Amino acid sequence: MNSPDHAAQVVGVHADDSAPAGAAGTTSVQRKGMAVTAQGYNFAYLDEQTKRMIRRAILKAVAIPGYQVPFGSREMPLPYGWGTGGIQVTAAIIGPDDILKVIDQGSDDTTNAVNIRRFFAATTGVATTERTTDASIIQTRHRIPETPLAEGQVLVYQVPIPEPLRWLEPSETETRRMHALEEYGLMHVKLYEDIAHYGHIATTYDYPVRVNGRYLMRPSPIPKFDNPKMDMNPALQLFGAGREKRIYAVPPYTQVESLDFEDHPFEIQTWDECCEFCGSKDSFLDEIVTDDAGGRMFVCSDSDYCGQRRAGQAHGGDAAAAQQSQQSPNVPGVPGVSDTPAAQPAETASS
Amino acid sequence: MYVAVKGGETAIANSWRLLAESRRGDPAVPELTLAQIAGQMPLAVARVMGEGSLYDPELAALAIKQAAGDLVEAIFLLRAYRTTLPRLAATQPIDTSRMQLQRRISAAFKDLPGGQVLGPTYDYTQRLLDFSLAADGVRPEAAVAAEPVSASMPRVTDLLGHEGLMQPESPAAGDPDPVDLTREPLDFPAGRDSRLQNLARGDEGFLLALGYSSQRGYSNSHPFAGEIRQGDVEVELVPEELGFAINIGDITVTECQMVNKFIGSEDTPPQFTRGYGLVFGGSERKAMAMALVDRSLRARELGEPVKSPSQDEEFVLYHSDNVEASGFVQHLKLPHYVDFQSELELIRKLRAEHARKDKAA
Repeated sequence: MNSPDHAAQVVGVHADDSAPAGAAGTTSVQRKGMAVTAQGYNFAYLDEQTKRMIRRAILKAVAIPGYQVPFGSREMPLPYGWGTGGIQVTAAIIGPDDILKVIDQGSDDTTNAVNIRRFFAATTGVATTERTTDASIIQTRHRIPETPLAEGQVLVYQVPIPEPLRWLEPSETETRRMHALEEYGLMHVKLYEDIAHYGHIATTYDYPVRVNGRYLMRPSPIPKFDNPKMDMNPALQLFGAGREKRIYAVPPYTQVESLDFEDHPFEIQTWDECCEFCGSKDSFLDEIVTDDAGGRMFVCSDSDYCGQRRAGQAHGGDAAAAQQSQQSPNVPGVPGVSDTPAAQPAETASS
Repeated sequence: MYVAVKGGETAIANSWRLLAESRRGDPAVPELTLAQIAGQMPLAVARVMGEGSLYDPELAALAIKQAAGDLVEAIFLLRAYRTTLPRLAATQPIDTSRMQLQRRISAAFKDLPGGQVLGPTYDYTQRLLDFSLAADGVRPEAAVAAEPVSASMPRVTDLLGHEGLMQPESPAAGDPDPVDLTREPLDFPAGRDSRLQNLARGDEGFLLALGYSSQRGYSNSHPFAGEIRQGDVEVELVPEELGFAINIGDITVTECQMVNKFIGSEDTPPQFTRGYGLVFGGSERKAMAMALVDRSLRARELGEPVKSPSQDEEFVLYHSDNVEASGFVQHLKLPHYVDFQSELELIRKLRAEHARKDKAA
């Protein structure tokens, strides 16, 4: 993101065929923060022409918030359905000075997050971090970090099914027509039927939102707990669906409204328990089965948030922890850090 | 205490090592060479090249070896490699009428110019396990034919075409470049070029089942195997600085042209229509299934009712790709703790309300 036109071409057998002559040199990358990248592959794996194509799709997506832009999704060396859309978006925007954080289910250490972080560490050599506040790009699956994001940060979502109307209408031709005509009654009927049958809206994740008062959008399978964080968020939110070949976006400070009814307002999940480790009462909690006799404990799904809070408590509750706990995750739009994230040193640089 | 949160990185590294060991198998047994795979498993290599969309027997053999014989995984490996390759130029269309034939059969005519050439096929073998192959066998030698295969081997569909019985198919006005689905997303309604490219890359098993369904009453396209031919064709390129075509190599392909009855419409007299299949190597089953599905997908264009899965282009084209399908089916192995937690909370709430209602009743 910092220098989209960098010429980070490594010496290799598959030199980019389409980059301009100036960029496609055989510069061996030895910049600050750059380790040796995977042999034979371009910086961030994709060739520069493909990155340009993806950036054009991203620009269009930002210009029409919530609109799904078709793009020429490429086969990636990780499987479809495992984050190829998010990976392509990240590959298109990442530059040598970026600091990357990758989470899955809120955690940096789940297998898929580890794998994607390793992929970018190997193909770009950029610094990686687990700290939300230090990252300039955060690629995520199924969560929005509890720590509020700041201006200048980019949140890249991995999206399995981009079409919010898909379960109601399987045909892409039809759903595109419905978006064009702003014909979203079917979704309201579905939510109404939930209330009629169960007394509640029975959608707990991937809860549909209306972006900028226009497009109905699928927030990817984040819990509805995270939906309010999307609204008026200072960070740029980009969504990549590789298998379905769609990119969409929520620009900074854009209105994102979860669908509801006047007499059934949108609600987020709450827990009677608090986090076993950090005691947080307002973060999303994962339930851990501790034995086969009904034993359960609850811990923060966001491992960085939990870790920062515990570190703060160990130091007698210093300013960092106090700041973290004051910021309710349900209050979106509160910038958590004022520094330019990319300017900060990486917490952990994996190699 | 809480192992789920930490240790992913080490666990993955260990899993890689275990995978490598289990792929290699018993080290007392000699390791497979790529030449052995390419030479002795040509049909597996052909499938991987076809669905992997890259004609390179050596790389396909490498992919099969690396994937421990899992062909869908091998196809994925080849595709992921293919993405990184530069596009140097586009070749001229191959001309299958000039094919160096290894096999050519027609189920429509008993005899025809050039005759029926069986070639290497399992069709007429008796499916008895050949235990002699379990031992080190002697190399069987094929007899050389008394006369070479006829130089003139017209395609059956061309023979029918001369009489006007076969619906002619010519490029659209201006002969535009075909869509390339590896560069552009699928769009609907899909043109025949998109459909054929999608089917050529499509999963053999999926197309086989769909083609089969079209023979069993889920659409009925009255197919005849007009001609199946297998052999080598020249690949030609016109370099800009030369301005004429040069041969850059030969590839082996199998082509299937299904001939289907069409009763005609107000504008069109009764005639035969074509279902087309073309694959790398000797993947004949795939070529035939592709031809059946191609013809089914022409329902809209020919004014036939669209009511079966094999005629529904969104259904077929969105689900044919085994790299996409395999990835998405298997992504269910990824953690879904957060979504599951959300569902747990809802189900508990609904159950509590259900119990309250029962009590009240």
